[in-house]
Amino acid sequence: MADIPERPPVMRGHPGTREISGRIASIVLKGQMPRFFWLAFLAAFLLVLVLFTTVAWLITQGVGTYGINIPVAWGTMLSNFVWWVGIGHAGTLISAVLLLFRQDWRASVNRFAEAMTLFAVAMAALFPILHLGRPWFFYWLLPLPNTHMHWPQWRSPLVWDFAAIATYGTVSLLFWYIGLVPDLAVLRDRAKNRAAQLFYGILALGWRGSAFHWARFDAVYYLLAVLATPLVVSVHSIVSLDFTYGMAPGYHSTIFPPYFVAGALYSGFAMVLTIAIPLRRLFRVEDLITKRHIDNGAKIMIAAGLIVAYGYAAEFFFAWYSGNPAERMMAWQRLVGPYAPFFWVMLACNVGVLQLLWFRRVRLWMPALFVISLLINLGMWLERYVIVVTGPSTGFLPAAWGTQSLQWVDFGVFFGTLGAFFALMFLFLRILPAITIFEVGELADERREA
Amino acid sequence: MPQIFPEAANGIARLVLWAALVAVLGLVALSVLLPRSDMFTGQDRILAQPVPFSHQHHAGGLGIDCRYCHAAVEQSAFAGMPPTETCMTCHSQLWTRAEMLDPVRQSLATGTPLRWNRVHDLADYVYFNHGAHVSNGVGCTTCHGAVDEMPLMRQAAPLTMEWCLDCHRDPAPNLRPPEAVFATDWRRGSEAEQAALMGRYDIHPETMTDCNVCHR
Repeated sequence: MADIPERPPVMRGHPGTREISGRIASIVLKGQMPRFFWLAFLAAFLLVLVLFTTVAWLITQGVGTYGINIPVAWGTMLSNFVWWVGIGHAGTLISAVLLLFRQDWRASVNRFAEAMTLFAVAMAALFPILHLGRPWFFYWLLPLPNTHMHWPQWRSPLVWDFAAIATYGTVSLLFWYIGLVPDLAVLRDRAKNRAAQLFYGILALGWRGSAFHWARFDAVYYLLAVLATPLVVSVHSIVSLDFTYGMAPGYHSTIFPPYFVAGALYSGFAMVLTIAIPLRRLFRVEDLITKRHIDNGAKIMIAAGLIVAYGYAAEFFFAWYSGNPAERMMAWQRLVGPYAPFFWVMLACNVGVLQLLWFRRVRLWMPALFVISLLINLGMWLERYVIVVTGPSTGFLPAAWGTQSLQWVDFGVFFGTLGAFFALMFLFLRILPAITIFEVGELADERREA
Repeated sequence: MPQIFPEAANGIARLVLWAALVAVLGLVALSVLLPRSDMFTGQDRILAQPVPFSHQHHAGGLGIDCRYCHAAVEQSAFAGMPPTETCMTCHSQLWTRAEMLDPVRQSLATGTPLRWNRVHDLADYVYFNHGAHVSNGVGCTTCHGAVDEMPLMRQAAPLTMEWCLDCHRDPAPNLRPPEAVFATDWRRGSEAEQAALMGRYDIHPETMTDCNVCHR
């Protein structure tokens, strides 16, 4: 074990504030992205076109095109929704909770993690709307003073989703933008051409970095962090409680809220690593996003993954302990029924592959960790799909059993949103500083003083 | 380093912020007002018809009962439009050469019904039933307005769901005794009289706003 290094530091070397802001800003201002960057953007953009095409088909032809029907009326539009919202949670945890706990390692990963949250929430918001069947009436979910003289149906999970996503999106956007302001000012001051000066100047809202500005900034930033912290728990709890309204076995387990929140953090950190590992290599920022960050992310994945594994066990225990034949049948069908392959692959990814992360060597070996994070993303998608579909497919009435089969529309919309997500991510990397300049600068100062 | 923005930029920034606030408030105001405007609801709209039929003349002046033409109104969901023969009960004798009635004679000769344009057009997902309303004391003019004073038929009410629910939540003021349902000159009675009609028709508003009352 002698060759395993000491715990990697949060930052390698002793760069100065000026050096850091120059390096991070020049990624954006010089704009000389590697060729790989543009090829990847092109691929993502093609997937965006796939998204537009499939959504147009879905809207003109109806929701039956993605394989749902009675009894399984909830399909991938709902499981994709849960998956995407979940991914956002890691960003909020990093940006808000770790800020309040003064974890210094959040500084260089929080910006892109917040961007990830924002884009993931945007993708998630698409799905309940597409699921509506008549998506153009989605604004009926808003409590508008409409001529129907009634409020939205508060007992409907659709309305809860709407409130959860709207709150989450708004708070995430504000938090992200407020945190960006000092960095936008750095970009404004370092920009050489007029267009960039104007663009970043307008977004920087006249930030001059005076003591007043910083005092107000801290007040607002910490206040927003306090507001965002409950969202880490509440948003996915609401998502999990959507299920309790469905008359299907397997939707009523009381473990759902904590189990879903843990699942959200699990998949969220898998996505953070999926982005961070290529990012630090691509932009040569291995000294700012060090193996310490990656290691910490992997450790959170172990913690969250074990809670998720406990959730799986609890679901089966509840099914057995309830004594309800429909619950028991549903649980049994998960193991051997038509969705058994999905279930076993899910278990292999989320519980099996996870165990590799106990080994420090694996956590610090980037290619392996990258593959593991992809597998866990896959596993978490399968988990949501299995939960959404198996309940209604073997419902309380055996005469009304049925299945949902995945159609090309399912894949088109899902991979389309993946493309849109990464296209947005690439645009973000090109236009805005992906690493928080001022916080990393502060960190560097503290380290030099120490 | 030279200034990037001129001094006026501060003012412009403030202006933009205020304008954004005004825009949001304006949008809310529009979302309240526009859907209730005649342009959206079609209230007071008059549609062109193949024959400029005057309810004022027939129902008001001559005193023809509503049911003479809209014969199914007491039993059926649809009030019924008269066949051309109904027109001809009089117009085979009266105004037989009037140019205005050409389409009617044409219709009789060819056997093709007249194509009237629907003035009171509800959304397709609303299952309105004339029979249920008429036989429970809701008069014609309550929804269709003073038809006996309309030279050309126009949409008297906004026909929004809010308008339907106004009455479904509190039907008492709009109920009439059975003999007054087709009257054009009925006046609302005292509060006690109106309340008594609720009992007479056995009307229970607490179930009348269930979704499936109007939507299936």
